[in-house]
Amino acid sequence: MCATCGCDTHTHTHSHTHTHDHNEKHIAVEKDVLYENNLLAARNRGFFDAKNILAINLVSSPGSGKTTLLERTLTDLKEAVNFSVIEGDQQTTRDADRIHATGTKVVQINTGKGCHLDAHMVMHALQGMHPHENGILFIENVGNLVCPAMFDLGEKQRVVVMSVTEGDDKPLKYPDMFHTSHLCIINKIDLLPYVPFSLDKAIANAKRINPKLEVITLSCTSGEGLDKWYQWLESKKS
Amino acid sequence: MHELSIVMGIIDVVTEYANGAPVKEVTLDLGCLTTIEMFAFDMAWKQAVKGTLLEKATLDINRIEGRAVCLECGEEFTIAEVYDACTRCGSHLLHITKGKELKVRSLIIF
Repeated sequence: MCATCGCDTHTHTHSHTHTHDHNEKHIAVEKDVLYENNLLAARNRGFFDAKNILAINLVSSPGSGKTTLLERTLTDLKEAVNFSVIEGDQQTTRDADRIHATGTKVVQINTGKGCHLDAHMVMHALQGMHPHENGILFIENVGNLVCPAMFDLGEKQRVVVMSVTEGDDKPLKYPDMFHTSHLCIINKIDLLPYVPFSLDKAIANAKRINPKLEVITLSCTSGEGLDKWYQWLESKKS
Repeated sequence: MHELSIVMGIIDVVTEYANGAPVKEVTLDLGCLTTIEMFAFDMAWKQAVKGTLLEKATLDINRIEGRAVCLECGEEFTIAEVYDACTRCGSHLLHITKGKELKVRSLIIF
């Protein structure tokens, strides 16, 4: 049978001219390459909903201050909220050790050569850790503004962190991460007097990519703006 | 280098459908707004297909251009980047309708 149009089952003239061996077989697939990841992400999401867990995927380039933001948040709010953390890094348990020191339940995923977390890794981490019900689960992704953008982990909120030492054109250079995020945190604003970074430009650039993106500016060192971040967390908890 | 993960995903899908037969050709839909860098994709493909049913397979890639509808004025237009503005009213409030595809459309097995 003709692999392209099944033409031995009926007679008609056709114009395609390629030659092919009739032992070949054409198979229609129509399957999304990320189907498996998206299926597992949907399962994770169902788990989070059932346990009333607010799952937050934290993404950024390396060094923007994700772990410091977490340390500060976990310490400041630990009386009020049950936190759990999944840490993603290529190597070491250094970040998990820092989170553990705050007294928070934490699991480290080492991706080895991998440049992002995927839903499958998160599913296995969840099986091992049993995150607190009615709490907040932070999933700190591998520091990388490109690769994690394509992989849904089942999170409810995606938060992209950038810092004022990185340049206000960062959103334009890595648009996909800003396009898929719900909140953008601009960190290290205590350093604004020392760097050529325009908050207005950075926010405008981020909003060009994603007009619905919320923005919070803060400093984990001075504590400025942290109250807005904590209010945002509270508002997303049901 | 998430392209390697994407290639592995393609190999998984194709292997499932090929049912043990060697693959001659794989047809992909690949939107222009996905974060796939083609040089990295080709490099990952060459390495990853070794020793699989796809080792001899050729790739037929349909690149699908980005399209969006403006949520302010309803204009439909082609976009090259997710931060492009509406060509009529300049708004960035867009709904992307095409260009995010990442799909194995079909394959030919021997």
